[in-house]
Amino acid sequence: MHDRSRPPAIPNRYPAYDVLAKRNGPSWNDKTREVIAERLSVTATPQFFSASEFQLVQAIAARIVPQPSSRPPIPVAALVDRKLHADIADGYRTDGMPHHREAWRRGLGALEAEALAAFHRPFAELSEAMQDQLLQRAEAGELKAADWGDMPCEDFFKRRVLRDVVLAYYAHPTAWSEIGWGGPASPRGYVRLDFNERDPWESAEAKPGREAEAARINRHVR
Amino acid sequence: MSDDMSGDPQVTPRASGGRAPDVFRPGGWVPMRSYRDDETVDFVIVGTGAGGGTLACKLAEYGFSVVALDAGPYFRPLEDFASDESEQTKLYWTDDRISDGANPLQLGSNNSGKAVGGSTVHFAMVSLRFRPEWFKSRTLLGYGADWPIDWREMWSYYTEVEQALKISGPITYPWGPKRPRYPYRAHPLNAAARVLARGCEALGISWTETPLATLSAPRGLAHPCVYRGFCVAGCSTNAKQSALVTWIPRALAAGAEIRDLAMVGRIEVDDRDLVTGVHYHRNGGWHFQRARNVVVAGYAIETPRLLLNSATGRHRDGLANSSGLVGRNLMTQSNQAVWGLMDDEIRSYKGPPSLAITEHWNYADKGKDFFGGYAYMSQGPLPQLWANTLAQARGLWGARLVEEMTNYNHVAGLKIVGEMLPQERNRVTLADEVDQYGLRIPRVTYSWCDNDRRLIDHSLAFMTRALQAAGAKDIWTQDDDTCHLNGTARMGDDPRSSVVDADCRSWDIPNLWICDGSVFPTVGGVNPSLTIQAIACRTADRIRAMARRGELTGQRAERTRRAVHATSASA
Repeated sequence: MHDRSRPPAIPNRYPAYDVLAKRNGPSWNDKTREVIAERLSVTATPQFFSASEFQLVQAIAARIVPQPSSRPPIPVAALVDRKLHADIADGYRTDGMPHHREAWRRGLGALEAEALAAFHRPFAELSEAMQDQLLQRAEAGELKAADWGDMPCEDFFKRRVLRDVVLAYYAHPTAWSEIGWGGPASPRGYVRLDFNERDPWESAEAKPGREAEAARINRHVR
Repeated sequence: MSDDMSGDPQVTPRASGGRAPDVFRPGGWVPMRSYRDDETVDFVIVGTGAGGGTLACKLAEYGFSVVALDAGPYFRPLEDFASDESEQTKLYWTDDRISDGANPLQLGSNNSGKAVGGSTVHFAMVSLRFRPEWFKSRTLLGYGADWPIDWREMWSYYTEVEQALKISGPITYPWGPKRPRYPYRAHPLNAAARVLARGCEALGISWTETPLATLSAPRGLAHPCVYRGFCVAGCSTNAKQSALVTWIPRALAAGAEIRDLAMVGRIEVDDRDLVTGVHYHRNGGWHFQRARNVVVAGYAIETPRLLLNSATGRHRDGLANSSGLVGRNLMTQSNQAVWGLMDDEIRSYKGPPSLAITEHWNYADKGKDFFGGYAYMSQGPLPQLWANTLAQARGLWGARLVEEMTNYNHVAGLKIVGEMLPQERNRVTLADEVDQYGLRIPRVTYSWCDNDRRLIDHSLAFMTRALQAAGAKDIWTQDDDTCHLNGTARMGDDPRSSVVDADCRSWDIPNLWICDGSVFPTVGGVNPSLTIQAIACRTADRIRAMARRGELTGQRAERTRRAVHATSASA
């Protein structure tokens, strides 16, 4: 298995590109501005999780979507918390899986119990390598503490943790800028669709050695 | 700003008091005929998507009194829809459901809709005809079940729907018998579509621009597509020809009533074994709408669920279920993909997600070790969907996931819509748990058969070659996805082996009809929406013909048909 513990080496492929610079332009309609403003205003005070649960979710999220220290972090745990608080469900449960809220509560409790049993310390205080080891064992279906009940740990990992954390991260404009996505696009849309074509309101990708050129273009994306 | 703008359309109904939202004008309204619950209408229709929305329009235009109920909100796309994947999950049916079997279905996103207009509000707009032989697949191709309808009849209804939605498509279609030219020109290809074309040309098979239900030229108050790429999150410019902006406005103009946020919980049946109306939940309470005929159009899970939840002492196994087949033969379609990275910038987020298609393996019978067929199309996943695909199907998380995501603009993919075979064991039943309305929730059981696996393996091997030939690197296969849902109330010409007849009329209860994807005996290898709408148009014509001959049960003897001229509200 590959080493998940190393910090991410996110290439700065779209230097100085900020999808939020388009916020007041013709690519964002009022509804989009309203929705994203609300997302950006999320505070770190949990509304669904308890304080200790929230700390654990933060630790898990840091392993699923590790973030560079060079920019303000995306509040992944808070976004997961708000989704659960608003009770926005998936639309199905596999056999043995509780509703999403209960799945999170039970799964967090079980993961904490597994951390204490294996390393005699709370999950949030473990080294990143130890945390990854526990998450990998959950992913592989190897955790069997009584706290899991009839919820398979691999389903908790894949259908709850992985899904909710990844969706939360890529719901944030910072992540959109990081991958060079055009972001919201109504009503302006796009004109240039073919290979290697970009509209002036899209990110410019930095070709090796020409980062400054891309940054210059990206500063003017509106 | 209109007075409903402060209201949440997911909480408070909008279609009431003799008016409904005008989806083409911000804050605007159109007049709507209203019926009292105790007024016996000709047809109450449960669901307003591809089946129910289309049928509501056609029956109203033919002069019948129609009330169409939908559990979902009445959205105003111009005002309510954000360019945002998370926000737009409000279009999905996310009520509680249990999914089991050897290959549990992932429900609640691409295969469900909870809105006036149903899942056509967020569908990918791919509008394809069945291969003619599929209507007799048992007789002609040796698998599945025959439809009780002739393909030539369907061919004319396909034309009607293509005109009604102003489908944009190629000048000549490479496969199958001659069809009329598509009403609107094809859309330009994006880079993702060009990758598909390159692969097909390298392997010597045909491809074409995908026939799509999104405008390539103005139509009434709707503008052409601006290629914003959020199609499956709902179209905020009304280019998408969903039921919400096509059939429903026509239905209103012809005198139908639409009731939003109206969840039907039970169909009432009397001791003569005729249905008399539906119990529905709206505005915090239960109501009963009287009707001479009930049409169930809730799609392949909610339709059997409602029929099963309507069981009585005389109909212990649910309504229309003397065959025991209500809920059985559920068919999804395989939706596997091959993904890779191109040196070129692709930026597949621009334009409708599937601008190019090949139906080669729907029409070729040689070189297959399986029954059925598949189409494959170019793809344009938005970031959340793409990240979740990498996490769920490729197992990426941690540094590898966030690093791989920075290749987003170079990703190209090919994805099938593949035929899965009908199996009685794949089914919808009722679980013991209840939902927010106190109704028993559905349990959806699904397991692939060997033929399903062989088709998937064939498609993945072929698409891998195609993507390689197109110049992609780091190719990997996604093997966990499925899409549309059909079956569960199949049509046929024998009451022992089907639930409804060719006219979508239930064998057991002559004034109970089912008109949606549930009636499909087989699914074929194409997206089902065009066929569902064609079936609905045919059903309306059949109902009109039967009414003229006095063959509708519960028909008033003194009925005089009003000749209502079919006009379009705005398009």
